[in-house]
Amino acid sequence: MFGFDALELARFQFAFTVSFHFIFPAFSIGLASYLAVLNGLHLFTGREVYLRLFNYWKIIFAVAFAMGVVSGIVMSYQFGTNWSVFSERAGPTIGPVMAYEVLTAFFLEAGFLGVMLFGRAKVGPALHFAATLMVAVGTLGSAFWILSVNSWMHTPQGFSINEVGEFVPENYWEVIFNPSFPYRLVHTVLGAYLTTALVVGAVGAWHLLRDGAHPAARKMYAMAMGMIVVVAPLQIVAGDFHGVNTFHHQPAKIAAMEGHYESYPDGAPLILFGVPDDEAEVTRYALEIPKLGSLILTHDWNGAVQGLKAWPRDERPPAEIVFWTFRVMVGLGVLMLALGVWAAVARWRGRLYDSRPLLYAALAMGPAGFVAVIAGWVTTEVGRQPYTVYGLMTTAESVSPITLEAVTTSLIAFIVVYFAVFGAGTFYILRLMREPPEEGAPEDVVGPIRTAGITPGPTQTRGTIRGQAET
Amino acid sequence: MALDLPFIAAGVIAFAVLAYVILDGFDLGIGIIFPTLKGEANRDLAMNTVAPVWDGNETWLIMGGGGLFAVFPLAYAVVMPALYAPIIAMLLALIFRGVAFEFRWRTKRWKGVWDLSFFLGSVVATFAQGVALGALVQGVAVEDRAYAGGPWDWLTPFSLLTGAALLVGYALLGSTWLVMKTEGYVRDRAARLAWLAGPATLALIGIVSLLTPFLNPLYMERWFAVPNVFFTIWVPALVLAAAFVFVRGMRGGRDSWPFLASLAVFVLSFVGLGISFYPYIVPPHLTIAETAAPPLALAFVLVGAAILVPLILAYTAYAYWVFRGKIDPDHGYH
Repeated sequence: MFGFDALELARFQFAFTVSFHFIFPAFSIGLASYLAVLNGLHLFTGREVYLRLFNYWKIIFAVAFAMGVVSGIVMSYQFGTNWSVFSERAGPTIGPVMAYEVLTAFFLEAGFLGVMLFGRAKVGPALHFAATLMVAVGTLGSAFWILSVNSWMHTPQGFSINEVGEFVPENYWEVIFNPSFPYRLVHTVLGAYLTTALVVGAVGAWHLLRDGAHPAARKMYAMAMGMIVVVAPLQIVAGDFHGVNTFHHQPAKIAAMEGHYESYPDGAPLILFGVPDDEAEVTRYALEIPKLGSLILTHDWNGAVQGLKAWPRDERPPAEIVFWTFRVMVGLGVLMLALGVWAAVARWRGRLYDSRPLLYAALAMGPAGFVAVIAGWVTTEVGRQPYTVYGLMTTAESVSPITLEAVTTSLIAFIVVYFAVFGAGTFYILRLMREPPEEGAPEDVVGPIRTAGITPGPTQTRGTIRGQAET
Repeated sequence: MALDLPFIAAGVIAFAVLAYVILDGFDLGIGIIFPTLKGEANRDLAMNTVAPVWDGNETWLIMGGGGLFAVFPLAYAVVMPALYAPIIAMLLALIFRGVAFEFRWRTKRWKGVWDLSFFLGSVVATFAQGVALGALVQGVAVEDRAYAGGPWDWLTPFSLLTGAALLVGYALLGSTWLVMKTEGYVRDRAARLAWLAGPATLALIGIVSLLTPFLNPLYMERWFAVPNVFFTIWVPALVLAAAFVFVRGMRGGRDSWPFLASLAVFVLSFVGLGISFYPYIVPPHLTIAETAAPPLALAFVLVGAAILVPLILAYTAYAYWVFRGKIDPDHGYH
């Protein structure tokens, strides 16, 4: 198809299906935790607004989760259908780790999802909270195991290679807790939390722009902005740690991300912008800050940084892709931090809910998490090329013996089906978000009156206060 | 005595596949018979009987596939490319039916479209699973630790027959499930379908069972050589017993018997399959022992499975228990 060979199409199919799939967990990991928090807050404070928010986001979660499940099943089979040689050789080591994902996480979230969605009246609020918590734990457990597997492909250890080329496990502790795993796990889960917070914040902002007094909209907006203030800076720190870890284990990836073709034995610049050209081995129009690259990567102004020319051409990841995706991710991260700081300042001035520029900014940043997460994902995965198991097994070796015609057909089918089905699902989610959470008893009005009842003002009498509270 | 880890691992995978077949079997079956249920409220009711559990049911499919990857990576790496077209068709079809559970409630104008998507998705997924099974029974070409056949090897009259058999079989599970879980119109409609699907399932299982021994002399010997035959004869005998329970339940208004009898038929067919396959996992070339992952990998998975599978069964049973009994038509979040 279009002059591509079967390997390129298989790669494109995997990239396409995994990127699409990743959108849903990136959202549902954070949303499951948010639902657990809302459910718990309702259980322990008794305030209706939390239950209303729970019921609102629960429906959105159900739609997103269903899409995550069906696109995830595709992933669990695609290793075999399209990457059978990889499966056969790496399976003995990473297959069992993925089995733990199914056993500890998938069953947990799927098993309790039904109770969470439909069972509140049947099991009561306490067990319903427990079920919601199990769903949240399941989504996080899933992230734990699958990121362990993914990290192993970047920084493999804990195995030997036998006579038929299989990766034979020697020590599962080392396999699971491989060097890049803790960093990737923290960075990805924080990314998922940020993604969710940005979506919740944007939905809150959307409704506040129409009705600034809507109690549930105020609550979700405030919670989301609070989350962003805390998580955005943490994420930048975690990203820096992750980058330094990558620098130690996959320096070629860093060189491609930074657009360095030349090596710098005594202090590399930070290229802010430029246009990398892999063919000519140069980053054109580079705007650089001297020595700053080394300071970030080695925490030393004069630290040595290798450029792509240190590796043969066929062992380099394509800078023309990861240079850009990395900048998209970092740029959006900075914007998220700015949004968080802005919201904090607005709150300090008592203008969180009625600063319209801030509301518009929060609305505009709604999809930013998804873009950042996908861009980050592309950076790390494309940056691992030309390997599937870094340094040991190439992508070209990993592919299944499938004909070009078969891969072409399946790829077209995936593209058509994903855009049609998940396009419809995204439309339904947006339509759900367009409607505000339902208005219930005006408890935010009741609240202050009760307070007044405890410390009556000079002109108020008990009678009128009770009368107001009862209306 | 040393534990035969590959054999135990094969048992775990077989259990996962069986759990998948009987659990997702009935909710796929509801999709297959969906167009025969007239009226929106009745369709909503049928859908709501499985809405809280379908996701857990489908997780056994990931357990079967992911588990195979974990403990028999070579078998996984051979079977998936061999069955490329039916597997991809199944995955795409499962997308259409899985999202329908949520999407059909989110729109009025397009509800019919997602009903159709639920129906066609269920039919194609089931047929593809049946075809994949038939192709596997027929045998997979292997050379040099890799699939060595062509892209159309899976397509044979026998695999089409097993595809059709599974369609009818899942329709039986779906209709008897509705007999058990609903009342009134939906129950009566499902009962009529069960009367059709029950005998048809038995007939198709009979034909497939009669053809199977002729596909491979190994199967013939497994089933009919003395003394094997004294054990294997129990499988068809118990199938007939299950058929008897089915008829008694249907006639006597014992609404859970037909479903349980249908499950028994599936379990017995699965046992029959196991008898044919053993000791192979991908007949006629790859055995359980030679495709098994190294001992440490097997041990690691099996320790986890020994602790976690009972837990999973416990909370899955709890989820079914919460939604037990005939369904209340007003139930559901929609």
